[in-house]
Amino acid sequence: MNAHSPDRLQPARLTVVDQRIVLSGDLLIGTVEQLDLGQKGAQVIDLGQVGRIDTAGAWAIVTLERRLQQAGTAPEITGASQLQSDLIGTVRQNMPAKDDQTEKSITLNDRLEMVGRTTVASFQKMMAIIGFLGQTVATFLSLFAHPSRIRWTALVHHMQQVGLSAVPIVALMSFLIGVVLAFQGAAQLRQFGAEVFVVDLIAISVLRELGILLTAIIVAGRSGSAFTAAIGSMKMREEIDAMRTLGLNPIEVLVLPRVMALILMLPVLGVIANFSGLLGGALMSWIELGVSPGVFQSRLASNTSVWHLGVGLIKAPFFALIIGIVGCFEGMQVKGDVESLGRLTSTSVVLSIFLVIAADALFSIFFELVGV
Amino acid sequence: MIPDDPIISVRGLVTRFGKHTVHDGLDLDVQRGEVIGVVGGSGTGKSVLLRAVVGLLKPAGGQITVFGENVRDTAPEEYRRLRRRWGVMFQGGALFSSLDVQQNVEAPMREQLDLSPQTRAALAAIKVRMVGLPEDALHKFPAELSGGMRKRAGFARAIALDPEIVFLDEPTAGLDPIGAAAFDTLIGQLRRALGLTVFLVTHDLDSLHAICDRVAVLAEGRVLATGTMAEMQEIDHPWVQAYFKGPRARAALVQKAAS
Repeated sequence: MNAHSPDRLQPARLTVVDQRIVLSGDLLIGTVEQLDLGQKGAQVIDLGQVGRIDTAGAWAIVTLERRLQQAGTAPEITGASQLQSDLIGTVRQNMPAKDDQTEKSITLNDRLEMVGRTTVASFQKMMAIIGFLGQTVATFLSLFAHPSRIRWTALVHHMQQVGLSAVPIVALMSFLIGVVLAFQGAAQLRQFGAEVFVVDLIAISVLRELGILLTAIIVAGRSGSAFTAAIGSMKMREEIDAMRTLGLNPIEVLVLPRVMALILMLPVLGVIANFSGLLGGALMSWIELGVSPGVFQSRLASNTSVWHLGVGLIKAPFFALIIGIVGCFEGMQVKGDVESLGRLTSTSVVLSIFLVIAADALFSIFFELVGV
Repeated sequence: MIPDDPIISVRGLVTRFGKHTVHDGLDLDVQRGEVIGVVGGSGTGKSVLLRAVVGLLKPAGGQITVFGENVRDTAPEEYRRLRRRWGVMFQGGALFSSLDVQQNVEAPMREQLDLSPQTRAALAAIKVRMVGLPEDALHKFPAELSGGMRKRAGFARAIALDPEIVFLDEPTAGLDPIGAAAFDTLIGQLRRALGLTVFLVTHDLDSLHAICDRVAVLAEGRVLATGTMAEMQEIDHPWVQAYFKGPRARAALVQKAAS
């Protein structure tokens, strides 16, 4: 037991001398793979010359023994010290009966089953989200009967978190989008001598679509993920269960303030995004095309219908509802492990961005139909 | 067994968190092949000591040698080799949550050795059986296991490479008495089978009675006393008296006498 340095390993050897398998050297986890364990017809496994044995060595010996037994001989293990044979005994006891498991291969049926399961699961998830939305709306309506139960502090806190703190990033992003639109639009429109239409281009695309859509995407990444992470970690630490036992409704305490804060703040952020988008566009038009701010302003006022702004802002509360509901719903799905928290946070962001864009497409069709 | 140098030797250990001094000149020796139980009140730095010995935490002063090599000042290569010779089980098992039990137990083999997948799987299956987990646990993820099973799986991972020392942090905390007793038996069995030295941080008096050869009491930033459980009864210090002669200690003693 005192030669414990792992540096001086004796290589493991297996030699067969008329029906005796003689093992020698150190049978350790790093050396046993050198042995050829597929032996047949031996009566004795001799461990007399073996140095150290660990579990892997014992595994090799027992495997050897089993293979010999399968080949029809009952080998005897000799020359083991008491400690060694104890270890071999322990391993023999704990070794699975099967020699090696065969890997299951994936058949076409399995793949079909997987497709089916995924489809059913996504359908169920959709129903669950709709159910969650219904629960939230019902809780919201019940607050009209008991206005004192509205959590004003939480609401204001979340409004600050999702609204005020997001202003710089939203404004900067939208400003840059305005700059890009003016720059790219100018290059194309100049070919027709229609530079001045760049104002219409910027106004319509920012007010109608880009301002609110990009704001929603940023907010989904910023706040939707934060909702999932916050509620998910509460779920993990059983805080939500604790709330329920105290008679608090988690939807009322956690979900409603967040969703309401988003619904109130996303339109505001949208207006800010519109302003800074137009500002960026106007600045770039002035530099690049020589369209003075005065011309930009008058053209904007005369040529752009206020409905473009309306169409953009009408969508804001719906986007906010999608982001809030998805973020909180995914948070509630977190189970006891950290793994699910991370996975669901990213699911939440991806799903809410996808749903926001899908909703935007539906809105486009709708507004086209009503002719706005 | 030859009574050679201690396998773990801690001299004058000082650890601090900011202004708070946890250990102030702590000395401790662990002999090869023994099971040492480290006890102490909450906040006396039992887990901190364990972390310092395995090199997860840089102490402010003092010397820690394991296998005669200084843990603090070894080159990364040396430290890698040293690490292979010990296994650590953390309080909650600390299993990698993205891997199933088999992959968890295989993880040290995969990182440290060049084994074929079949050998790894066979060895992992043995280790998992050794710690008393059923075979179907092999392909379960940590989230699907109970607390006790997670600890067992963590233990299986700690002994995956047949280490010479295992460090166990509160192995029986949070287990029911039957599970805790089974875990004690398990530690004893594997220690005999694999010739382990066990460094055990625990609160569990039953564990101390059942498996520890020696007990080290941590208090006031140092090791207050070391000795067998019987010797602990004689030490004249209020905390030691309260701990080893309190109602729970008496109950554990009665239980031991009865068995």
